[in-house]
Amino acid sequence: TYVQTPGDGSMRTVTMLPGDGIGPELCESVRRVFSAAGVPIKWEVLKSKECITKEGTPSEKMLESLRRNKIGLKGVFLTKHGPEGPRSINVQLRQELELYAFLTRSFNVPGHKTRHDNVDITLIRENTEGEYSGMEHEVVPGVVESLKMISRNRCESIAEYAFEYATLNGRKKVTAVHKANIMKKADGLFLDCVREVSEKYPRIHYEEVIVDNCCMQMVSNPQQFDVMVLPNLYGNIVGNISSALVGGPGLTPGANVGRDVAIFEQGARHVGEDIAGQDRVNPAAFLFSAVMMLRHMSLPAFADMIENAVLCTIEDRKHITADLGGKCSTTTFVTAVNDRIRECE
Amino acid sequence: EKRHCSSKAKPFTCTLMPGDGIGKEISDSVVDIFKAADVPVKWELHNIGTDYVTPGSKDLISQEALDSILSNGVGLKGPFATPIGGGHRSLNLTLRKVLQLYSNVRPCKSIEGYPTRYKGVNLVTVRENTEGEYSGLEHEVYPGVVENLKVITRDASMRVSEFAFKYAQENKRKRVTCVHKANIMKMSDGLFLECTRLVAKKYPDLKYDEMTIDNASLQLVQDPTVMDVMVMPNLYGDIISDLCAGLIGGLGLTPSGNIGRDCAVFESVHGTAPDIAGKNLANPTALLLSAVMMLRHVGLRSHAETIENAIFEVIRSGKYRTGDLGGSAKTSEFTAAVCKNLD
Ligand SMILES: Nc1ncnc2c1ncn2[C@@H]1O[C@H](COP(=O)(O)OP(=O)(O)OP(=O)(O)O)[C@@H](O)[C@H]1O
Ligand SMILES: Nc1ncnc2c1ncn2[C@@H]1O[C@H](COP(=O)(O)OP(=O)(O)OP(=O)(O)O)[C@@H](O)[C@H]1O
Ligand SMILES: [Mg+2]
Ligand SMILES: [Mg+2]
Repeated sequence: TYVQTPGDGSMRTVTMLPGDGIGPELCESVRRVFSAAGVPIKWEVLKSKECITKEGTPSEKMLESLRRNKIGLKGVFLTKHGPEGPRSINVQLRQELELYAFLTRSFNVPGHKTRHDNVDITLIRENTEGEYSGMEHEVVPGVVESLKMISRNRCESIAEYAFEYATLNGRKKVTAVHKANIMKKADGLFLDCVREVSEKYPRIHYEEVIVDNCCMQMVSNPQQFDVMVLPNLYGNIVGNISSALVGGPGLTPGANVGRDVAIFEQGARHVGEDIAGQDRVNPAAFLFSAVMMLRHMSLPAFADMIENAVLCTIEDRKHITADLGGKCSTTTFVTAVNDRIRECE
Repeated sequence: EKRHCSSKAKPFTCTLMPGDGIGKEISDSVVDIFKAADVPVKWELHNIGTDYVTPGSKDLISQEALDSILSNGVGLKGPFATPIGGGHRSLNLTLRKVLQLYSNVRPCKSIEGYPTRYKGVNLVTVRENTEGEYSGLEHEVYPGVVENLKVITRDASMRVSEFAFKYAQENKRKRVTCVHKANIMKMSDGLFLECTRLVAKKYPDLKYDEMTIDNASLQLVQDPTVMDVMVMPNLYGDIISDLCAGLIGGLGLTPSGNIGRDCAVFESVHGTAPDIAGKNLANPTALLLSAVMMLRHVGLRSHAETIENAIFEVIRSGKYRTGDLGGSAKTSEFTAAVCKNLD
């Protein structure tokens, strides 16, 4: 177990980026729970407007805060669909800070029955390049080219992250998802890298699956998957499927991982404008993400305490939100979690 | 007295391409059932597939085969094997490109008597079939960095959108959803969106909306009944149509049609299933249902109905299911059972 040294309990600062849509409510939920639990964390909150420059790039203020604190908790910044408006701030931020991996966990939460049992999937997704390169242009009127970029460096990093994760978490299998039958060079390079890395981890079973087949398998036999490693866009799609399998974006946590900075957010990154500001959002996933953050900060006791409180509240089913079939508001759910935390003390 | 041949039914010729692996077995099944149902069809057989590729040759599909499809206007094909990460280009791709089969349509409907975890699925994926991520344009910019070009054009996006709305209207559907990722690929998917929006205006009776590919995947798995007809660029269509197939029990059950201006090719979208090829174990349902789609396409609606009902009846009764559906029937036994149910 973790052996403390004096000073470990001193107050630390974490950057909080509520973003748009449901982000502010989710952040508020975490603040309430952390303060009920007495977590020694101080928030440095940056409003959406402070995070984006006039030119539509990530602001220096936001980047500086994240580089200094090294840890962030984040909602989603809204991006316009189509050519108007700046490129996604979310993507630019990940690229700027080289948050090369996105980790998502989907597991059946006790007490919440879905169509599929015994699902426990961890997705390790490339987080900066591929289809998200942002390089697009109109060649002639009516013809647009979009560049998907795959580099050996990033593929190796993500592959190593996946196999290290599997090793350190006692996982048995890593599955690489690709479309190398069509994108022979781009996805071919991704596969080459994962294969090479897999050879260094003989204890971990390695498999490959084509992305369309993968999605079909996900909805018929998801139990076959353990840790999955994917290029950016497939990670986005498969991540949302795995989230849906176990109850949706309100239950699956996620983390953006870089060499120096880690930013925690929902595993299915949605801005959720349809339910924003109505006190309806399920904060469980975001709380689980915050729990991941606490473990990352070596604050395991708080992590366990909060995780248990959230799990018990869901299992109890008396104070759950609409996405889980309940009638409760976000506020009521958080109050129920906090009641649990106080009971345990 | 012939049971099914309405006097008005015009005979038609169809180019038959059995393909690799289980292709021969499942196309035999179609031929047998069409014969038993007195479908006025003449088959023109063309063998295409990896086994027939001469090393070094560029034209993997013979000109005769292409000419045959073009002159007949319809083709039916089984699976072609495609090597991963190298080797020749997908024959499926070549066929779609050369024949300009710009729309791929894949209906997915829950099969009565074959329940899965997802109830009441009734979805149609319409997929752009000629460009997008499947451009085949890739190169190593410098060592260790590969670029892959996705191409979206106004022409192709308009064509496929028009097809989707027309299909929705003709098939009495209510809603068309454009699936995209225009928050990330703002220009390319943005152009696709712009085109579907334009076409949507011409169909005020159909509800039109838009969804990102990630949200669509999420919604389909949470509750597939919320969606109806979906139209999207190539890669998303590939992924979403397989996802939909998964909801109703897999690729062994879902038909597909590739529609162009000059011709249409109907196909089973499952693979070659080398593990069971030649063993009389394959499920011919996907190819059969594709053939049924073809019958509707050429205007033989009553034949289509008869055969479709017979297939569903055999699956529903449960006695002659193939291995992929948890049964133990041989392909030939399934085929015989369908023939017996044609009435
Ligand atoms: N924590 C949560 N609790 C409940 N529902 C959630 C939660 N997070 C996301 N959702 C739901 O997930 C769905 C997808 O979100 P959203 O609409 O933002 O996706 P999207 O269409 O991809 O967004 P955009 O295209 O604007 O980026 C929405 O219905 C949203 O309400
Ligand atoms: N028509 C069918 N009937 C029964 N089983 C099938 C059928 N089609 C596919 N399968 C099974 O589905 C699984 C996937 O096979 P499939 O051929 O689709 O993919 P694959 O092995 O990757 O082949 P390919 O490279 O040609 O796509 C196999 O176990 C196969 O036996
Ligand atoms: Mg989104
Ligand atoms: Mg496919």
